[in-house]
Amino acid sequence: MLTPEEIEEIEHEAALVPVRRAACIEALKIVQQRRGYISDESLRDIAEHMGMSVEDLDSVATFYNLVFRRPVGRNVILLCDSISCYVMGYEKIYEYIRERLQIGFGETTRDGRFTLLPNCCLGTCDHAPALMINNELYRDLTTERLNEILTEYK
Amino acid sequence: MEKPLTQHINSNRPPLNFNEYSGVGGYEAVRKAMAMAPAEITKTVQDSDLKGRGGAGFNTGMKWSFVPMNGRHESKYLVANADEMEPGTFKDRLLLEGNPHQLIEGMIISAYAIQANVSYIFLRWAYKKAARVIRQAIAEAYDAGYLGKNILGSGFSLEMHLHTGVGRYMCGEETALLNALEGKRATPRTKPPFPQVSGLFGKPTIVNNVETLCNIPHIINRGAEWFKDLSLGDDAGTKLYGISGRVNKPGIWELPMGTTMRELIEEHGGGMRKGYKFKGALPGGASTDFLVEEHMDVKMDFRSVAAAGSRLGTGTMVILDDQTCPVGFVHNLEHFFAQESCGWCTPCREGLPWTEKILKSLENGSGRQEDISLLEMHTQFLGPGNTFCALAPGAMEPLQSALKYFRDDFEKHIDEKRCPYK
Amino acid sequence: MAVIYIDNVPYEVKAGKNLLEACLSLGFDLPYFCWHPAMGSVGACRQCAVKLFKDDQDTKGRLVMSCMESVRDNLYCSIEDTTAKAFRSQVIEWLMTNHPHDCAVCDEGGSCHLQDMTVMTGHAYRRFNYKKRTYNNQYLGPLINHEMNRCIQCYRCVRFYKDYAGGKDLDVFAAHNNVYFGRATDGVLENEFSGNLAEVCPTGVFTDKTLKEHYTRKWDLTMAPSICQHCSLGCNIIAGERYGELRQITNRYNGDVNGYFICDRGRFGYEYVNSLNRIQHPLIRSHVPEAVNRETLFDHLKPLLSGKVIGVGSPRASLESNFALRQLVGENQFFSGVPETTAEMMEIILSVFNTGDVRIPSMKETEEADVVLILGEDLNNSAPRLALSVRQAVRNNPVEVANTINIPAWHDAALRELVQSEKGDCFIAYPVITKLDELASGTYYISPDEIARLGYAIANFLDPQASAVPDLQGNMQGHAVLIGNSLQKAKNPLIVTGVSLQNPSIIKAAAAIAAALGEGDRKAMLAVVVPDCNSMGLAMMNAPSILNSTALSTIGSPDTLIILENDLFSISQEAQISEILDRSTNIIVLDHLHNPTSARADIVIPVGTFSEADGTLVNNEGRAQAYFQVYMPKNENLRESWRWLSDLKNLRDGTTDANNVTPHDLIRQLADKMPQFTGADQAMPTADLRIKDQKIPREPHRYSGRTAMNANLDVSEPKPPSDPDTPLSFTMEGYKGLQPAPLNSFFWSPGWNSNQSVHKYQMEVGGALYGGNPGVRLFNHINPGDRSYMNGIPPRFKPDKENWEMLPLPHLFGSEALSSLSKGIAELSPQPYVAINSMDAESLNVDEGSILQVIIEGVQYELPVKIKPELPARTAGLPYNLQELTGIKWPAHGQLVKG
Ligand SMILES: Cc1cc2nc3c(=O)[nH]c(=O)nc-3n(C[C@H](O)[C@H](O)[C@H](O)COP(=O)(O)O)c2cc1C
Ligand code: SF4
Ligand code: FES
Repeated sequence: MLTPEEIEEIEHEAALVPVRRAACIEALKIVQQRRGYISDESLRDIAEHMGMSVEDLDSVATFYNLVFRRPVGRNVILLCDSISCYVMGYEKIYEYIRERLQIGFGETTRDGRFTLLPNCCLGTCDHAPALMINNELYRDLTTERLNEILTEYK
Repeated sequence: MEKPLTQHINSNRPPLNFNEYSGVGGYEAVRKAMAMAPAEITKTVQDSDLKGRGGAGFNTGMKWSFVPMNGRHESKYLVANADEMEPGTFKDRLLLEGNPHQLIEGMIISAYAIQANVSYIFLRWAYKKAARVIRQAIAEAYDAGYLGKNILGSGFSLEMHLHTGVGRYMCGEETALLNALEGKRATPRTKPPFPQVSGLFGKPTIVNNVETLCNIPHIINRGAEWFKDLSLGDDAGTKLYGISGRVNKPGIWELPMGTTMRELIEEHGGGMRKGYKFKGALPGGASTDFLVEEHMDVKMDFRSVAAAGSRLGTGTMVILDDQTCPVGFVHNLEHFFAQESCGWCTPCREGLPWTEKILKSLENGSGRQEDISLLEMHTQFLGPGNTFCALAPGAMEPLQSALKYFRDDFEKHIDEKRCPYK
Repeated sequence: MAVIYIDNVPYEVKAGKNLLEACLSLGFDLPYFCWHPAMGSVGACRQCAVKLFKDDQDTKGRLVMSCMESVRDNLYCSIEDTTAKAFRSQVIEWLMTNHPHDCAVCDEGGSCHLQDMTVMTGHAYRRFNYKKRTYNNQYLGPLINHEMNRCIQCYRCVRFYKDYAGGKDLDVFAAHNNVYFGRATDGVLENEFSGNLAEVCPTGVFTDKTLKEHYTRKWDLTMAPSICQHCSLGCNIIAGERYGELRQITNRYNGDVNGYFICDRGRFGYEYVNSLNRIQHPLIRSHVPEAVNRETLFDHLKPLLSGKVIGVGSPRASLESNFALRQLVGENQFFSGVPETTAEMMEIILSVFNTGDVRIPSMKETEEADVVLILGEDLNNSAPRLALSVRQAVRNNPVEVANTINIPAWHDAALRELVQSEKGDCFIAYPVITKLDELASGTYYISPDEIARLGYAIANFLDPQASAVPDLQGNMQGHAVLIGNSLQKAKNPLIVTGVSLQNPSIIKAAAAIAAALGEGDRKAMLAVVVPDCNSMGLAMMNAPSILNSTALSTIGSPDTLIILENDLFSISQEAQISEILDRSTNIIVLDHLHNPTSARADIVIPVGTFSEADGTLVNNEGRAQAYFQVYMPKNENLRESWRWLSDLKNLRDGTTDANNVTPHDLIRQLADKMPQFTGADQAMPTADLRIKDQKIPREPHRYSGRTAMNANLDVSEPKPPSDPDTPLSFTMEGYKGLQPAPLNSFFWSPGWNSNQSVHKYQMEVGGALYGGNPGVRLFNHINPGDRSYMNGIPPRFKPDKENWEMLPLPHLFGSEALSSLSKGIAELSPQPYVAINSMDAESLNVDEGSILQVIIEGVQYELPVKIKPELPARTAGLPYNLQELTGIKWPAHGQLVKG
C-alpha cells in the first residue's frame, strides 16, 4: 500500500506532465526514497496507482540502474569506476572496502549497514577517486579518509 | 580575458541567488529578448556560430530553425540536457552548481525563440547539490515573474520543471532522454524524424546542453560578433575545458575556444605530475579518439581537433600517463560502454561486451594473436551509421585510436602473456 | 512508382515502401529480424544492412539499414557489396555469441528464421570464445513454451504482444546484453493472441507447447491448407499431421482475412481431433455388438431411407456436407440445426447484406476504419481475430498526421512516438466491460434492448427519416448524438455487431446506422459476428430452423431423422430437443465425437473432422473458403459426412456414381441449384487441376521416414494414399514451384524454411498472394430497397425482479465446444458462474463466490456469484456454452434465488 504522503507526492509529479505514465519514474523515486528499494509489492502498488501493468512498470524500473529492485543496506556506497577514477586508483579503494566491509560490488554487509555498487562517472574527475554514500559526495579519496568516512555511517 | 560563463562562479561561495544575479545584470537578456521576434533571436544565435557543447558540435541556432513556427502546435518543449555522464566530464556540474540562474535565463530565451511553453531540466541523479540550487532558483524565477504565465507581460508563458534521472548514461543521448522524460525505457529514437518536429510527447522539441544554453544570455546581451571574437580558433565563444588524470592541478577553466592542448596541460593543469610522462589524452570525454604528444599544439576547437583525428566532444580531457596501461585504460572504457549500452541494437549490445572481454583477456595475459583483428573489426563495424545511435561509435573512438597509437602495448600483452604495466 | 538501382540494375518498385520490403518483393534474399511486415520497421537488429550510394558516381557509399530507408526514384544501393555482406554476417556472429547452438533439441529447428538467416549470411565460424550468459525460463501457461537462452533480442515479441495486440503481461526487462523478454513473474500469458509469439519470434524462445507434446519437425509434417473451425471469421490456417495425429496449427497468410495472425482458440483448439472420444465405428444400437462394418450399416440403413426422412443441417459442417444432406432428404425436409433466435437473426443479416445498403468489410478492410462502433459484441471473446483488427484501426487512425511531417507508414517507431497514446474514436455498447474498452472513447454498459435502442437513436440522429426512439432513458440521446457526430465525420466508419447477445433488434439497429451513414461509394462498413464457422453458409441455404414451431408442424412424425455434425442438446433445452427426437422412429447421427445427441441416436456414423475432410465454409463476411483434408486416417470409417451422405443417396436411389463425387462437384451442383452460391465453386478447385501435369504435395521435399515410419508394423513399404477429391497429393511428390494460393500446404522456399518465407508467395510484401488471396466473396446479389430490417424498436428495458434477463457472455476459451476439448484450452476455460452487479448482489444478500440457484425454464443451476459492477440491474451474465451450461434456450429469462 502506498502511504498518503507518497500518493500526494506522486500526484504532484503527475500533474506536471501531460501523460500520467510520464510520472512513473518519479513515482519509483518517491517510493524508493522512503523505503530504500522497490519491492515487488511496491512495484505492484505503484503500477496500479499509475494505471500501468506490472510488466510495463518493471520494464522501466529494471532498465535504470539506480532503481533498486532488491533490498539494499541502510547506506548505499556508489563507487565511481569510470576512467578518471580508474587512472587515479579507484581499484585500491575498492580493495579497501572489500577488506574492511567484506563486500564486493552488488553485495550488502551482513549487518545490513552497507551496500556497495559500482557507478559510472560522478562528474568530479578532477578530484578522483570519488564515491557517494547515500546523498553525500566524497572526493580525492584515500584509504585513510575513507576509513573515517565509513565510521560516520551506522 | 573574458569569462562570461564563469565570471560569477566561486566554488567557495553559494551560487548567486535571484537578487544577486539580477544585481550583476542577470535577466537583462530575457527582457531584451522579449522585445525581439523569436526568429531574430534564432538568427542571432545562428550568426554567433554557437555550436552545441553536448558533444556533437552542431550550430545551435540552425538546430532551432528546424522547429515549426507556424503556430499549429499547442505544445512545444525545450529540454536542458544536464545528464552529464560522459566519463571524464565535469563541466556542466560547475555551471549548474555555480550559477543556476544563468541556465534558467538561457532556457527562457531559448524557449521564447522556439516558442516552447514547457521546459525541463534533465539532471543526472548524482548531482544532488545542483538539484538543490536549481529547485531554489526555479522557485525564485517563478516568484519574480520570469517563469509562469505571461512573462513580463509579453504574452509568452513558460513552465519549467526539474527532472532528476535514475541512472544510465544513455539518458544523455537526446532522444533517449525524451523517452526517459516520457516515463519509458531510455532507448534512443531514430532520426529523422528529428525531435525538432516530433520530440517529447510527439511535439516539437529542442534539447540543448547546459553549457550551450548558458551562453545564450551573453550572446543576446553582447551580440554575435562579440561572441565570435572571444575565440582564438575556428569556433566561436569560450569553452569550459577540464583536465583529469595525473597532472599537478586537475581542474576546469573557462578559456577562449581554440586554446591549445599544450597550454591546457602545461599552464592550467600545471603539467604532468612528477614521475609521470604524458602518453596521450582523450580530448573531450570517454568517447573521443586519443590525441598524443604530436598533437600538443592542436587548437582545442571543433574543427582543429577533428582535423587531428579526434573530436572536441565535451572539451574535458582525460590524460593517459606512461605508467597507466593503455589496454587497461581502454578496457575500463569499454566496460563502461558495454554496461551502458541500452540493449536495443545488436552491434552495440553484443559487440561491446565482446571487446570488453577481449581487452580483459589481454590484461589477464590470455590474449590471442587474432584478438587484435577482432578488436579492429569492431572498430570498423561499430562505426557511425552501423549502430542505432552514437553510443557504440563513441565507444570505438578511444579503442581505434589506442590500437593506432599504442599498438605495441597491445602486442606486448599478447607476446608476454601478461600486462607489462603490472 | 520509382526506379531504384540494386547492384546497378534498375528495378521499378512501388514508392512509399521501405527498401527492405522492396528488395524482398523483388525476390532478393535480404536477411532481417526486427522488421515485420505487419508491424513495420524499428531498425534495431541491424541485420538488413545494404550499401547506399549518393548517386551513380558514388563508389564509396555507406551502410544503411534497408528497413529504415524509403524507396525513392534514383536510389542506388548494393546488396552484394563486400562490406555490407561482411556486416550482415557479423551481425549474425554477434547474435550467436550468447546463443546456445541447441538446434538439435530446439522446437524451432527446421523452421527457424535464425537458422535461415545464419545460412543466408554465410556466418559459420565462431570466434567468440568466452562464457555465454544464461537465463532462467518462465512458465507461461499450457500453450506457450519459453526458452530465453535462445533469444536474439529482436524485440518482436514485445512489439507484437504489447504494442500490436495490447497485451499487458509481457515485456522487456533490464538493459544492455542482459535484456530479458517475459513476464514479471511466472504465469499464464493473458493475451488472446499469445500463440502468435511462436511465429513472430524468429528463434526458439517462444514455441507451441501443444506441439511439444507430440513434437514433429516442420519437414516431417503432412500439411494442408485449412480454415479455422472455431468461430465465424474463417481465418486461414495450415494444419499438420504425423502418425495419424493432428499436431500443429499455424497461421496461413491471407491478406484479406487473417493476415499474419490468428487467435489462441484457433491455434490451440485442434486437439479434439485426437480425442479418445472420437466415434471410430458405425454403430447400430440395436445390434450386438453395436460396432458394425459398412456393409452391415448400409443393409440396416437402406429401408430406413425410403420413408419420411428429415435432415438437420449444421452450422459447423461444410457446405458440401449440408448440401449432400439436403440432396438426400429433399429441399423441404432439410432444416437447419440452429436455435430459433439465431435463425431469425441470420435471416435479418442476410436480408441486410442482400440489400447492398452496407459494405461488408473483410478483416483487412476493418483495419482501415477511422471510427468504430461496436454494438453488443465482446469481440475478444466472440470473434477474437476481429478484435485485433479493430485494435489496429483505432491505433492507426491518428497516424494520418504523420504524412504531414513525412513519416512513412512503415516507420513504426517514429509513428508511435508521434502519436503517443492518441487513438481514433471507438464506441462500445455491451452489458459488461470488454477488453477493447481500454481503447474506447465511449463505453455504455447497457442491456441488449437498450443497446438496440441506442443504435436506433443513433440511426435516427443520422437520418431523421428513420423512426425516433420513444421513451429514451436519461442521457441516451446525448450518447447517440456524440456517437452519431463522430460517425458522421468519419471517412470510413465501421459498425460491428453480432448475434452473441441473441437480440435481433441489435442487428437491425446496427444495420440502420450503417445504412444511414452513406450511400454509393461512401457506404459504411457493417461487420457482423455470427456463431459458427459455417453459420453463414448454412443460413444462405434458407432452411428453417428445426426448432421453429412451423417447422415442427411440418415434420410431424418422421420415420428417420438424420442429424449432421450437431449436438442439438447444446442449443436448446433438453425437453424441447427430446420432444423432437421422440417424434422420429429412427435417429441417425453423423458426427466425429460422442455427445448427448449421438447418445440418443439409433445409428451413429463416424465422420472426419476438418483435418480428415475437404470442404467449403462461408465466413461472416460471406467469403467461401475451402479447407482440405490433411491426411488419410488409418481408420477408413472416418469419412467426410458428404461422402457418407452421397453414398446413402445412392443406396436409397439404387444409383451409383459413375465417378467419384468430389467436393467441387457438390459445390458446383449447389451453385447451380441456389444462385446465392454462385461463385462458391471457384473456392474449391476441381480435383483434376494439375500444374505441369502434377499434383500439389502436402509433404515438403524433406519429409523423412516415409518408408520406415511404420516399419515396426509392416516392413513392406505401404502404398501412399491417393487423393481423388482434390488436386493435392498425400506425398512429397508433385509440383515443387509456387502453389496456387488456395492450395498452399506450407510456406517454404529455398533458403526460407520458416514461416517468414510467406513473402515469396506474395505479389508484394504484405500484399495479396500470387493469384489473389484465396476465397470467393458471395453476396453480389442485391435486393435493393428492402428496408424492413429497419423496424422493430424494442420497448425500454425494465428491470424485473422476478424475471431476470439472462445474458450469454462468450469466453475465448470455453464457449466454443470443440476447442474446449483441447487440454490447454480446457485448463484455461472459466468455471461456471453467474454475474450480477453489486446492487443486485446486495439485494440478494450474496457476495462474490456465494452460491445462487439460477432457474431457467424450470432447469436449475447452482452457480457461484461473480460481481460485475457494470452490469445493468436485474440482468445476469452466464458464461456462454460452457459444457456445464449448454442446453439453454437463448434469449433466456430466469430466477435467481439464494441457495
Ligand atoms: C550516448 C550519448 C550520451 C550523451 N550524453 C550527453 C550528456 O550527458 N549531456 C549532453 O549535453 N549531451 C549528451 N549527448 C549529446 C546529446 O545527444 C545531444 O547531442 C546534446 O544534448 C545536444 O545539445 P547541444 O546541441 O547543445 O550540444 C550524448 C550523446 C550520446 C550519443
Ligand atoms: S548503439 Fe544501439 S544498443 Fe547501443 S546504446 Fe545506441 S541504440 Fe542502444
Ligand atoms: S530488419 Fe532492419 S534493422 Fe532489423
